[in-house]
Amino acid sequence: MSDDAPDAAATAAPVTMVPSHVRLTYTVTAGRHLSSYLRALADRRIVGGRCPVCTKVYLPARGACPTCGVPADQPVEVADRGTVTTFCVIRIPFEAAPFPPPYVAVAILLDGADMPIFHLVRGIAPEEARMGMRVQARWVADDQLGPTLASIRWFELSGEPDAAYETYANHL
Amino acid sequence: MDVLSAPYVLEYTYQRSTGPVIGRFLTALRDGRLEGVRTTTGRVLMPPLEYDPATGEATGEPVPLPPDGVVTTWAWVATPRPGHPLDRPFAWALIRIDGADTAMLHAVDAGAADAMRTGMRVTARWRAERTGSILDLACFVPVAGEAP
Repeated sequence: MSDDAPDAAATAAPVTMVPSHVRLTYTVTAGRHLSSYLRALADRRIVGGRCPVCTKVYLPARGACPTCGVPADQPVEVADRGTVTTFCVIRIPFEAAPFPPPYVAVAILLDGADMPIFHLVRGIAPEEARMGMRVQARWVADDQLGPTLASIRWFELSGEPDAAYETYANHL
Repeated sequence: MDVLSAPYVLEYTYQRSTGPVIGRFLTALRDGRLEGVRTTTGRVLMPPLEYDPATGEATGEPVPLPPDGVVTTWAWVATPRPGHPLDRPFAWALIRIDGADTAMLHAVDAGAADAMRTGMRVTARWRAERTGSILDLACFVPVAGEAP
């Protein structure tokens, strides 16, 4: 059965490595509250959900307050600017990376929210990244808006002075 | 309100090192040959392993084997899924290659489930273009002339 072996194969180097690709194809269902958060993003709005007991604003909205155990579905629109609570400088390239490294990934506490979201900050050198930076969303063009956090292209410095640590210390 | 849903693909493009024994096995597959390995107790493992599962000792020299063997057990796949080796109904089977003491898992392209039976003889069908992968062995097929 080896008659059709290419001549080159017999003299090629021994096999020492093999591709071992893992590919898992899911369908993610967002649920009612995450869906309303995503739909608002297509409209350049960022909507969380407030717990009626502890008054915390969850972002994205979730069905219930995990602390109080009650529905937390009062919709609250929060600002598209906020404070960087933590950050990470990505220096290692990987497939599907959004930009060539280095770039800065951050947790941002948007004004009016009690939960940080994760996004990228552009327009600063990695050495400038710091906790307390005030940043502003840069949205995509109208025809690129959709029900996804990718409707925000990235965040940039807002020009405001850094926030004092005490203002976000309870949100780390 | 309608709930959103979307496809979500998680993908890792790993490369794995084969080690010396599996590397030799895959190199032989690329050449269109089956090659097992002999243990210190004289058994022939196919597919080969670096260590004898019975004793834990390192295995020894490679053993060239023919592309023919016998089905020791099998399961029919009526609806192949993405990633399966064949896009039409087939059998997963354990196949003991002639001269080997262990069986290897592979696909048998038998056409229909009633063409399968334990003890049937099969032979390898090779891919024309081979890369050093278990998929170089496209599948096994029933030996012609054998009554099901």
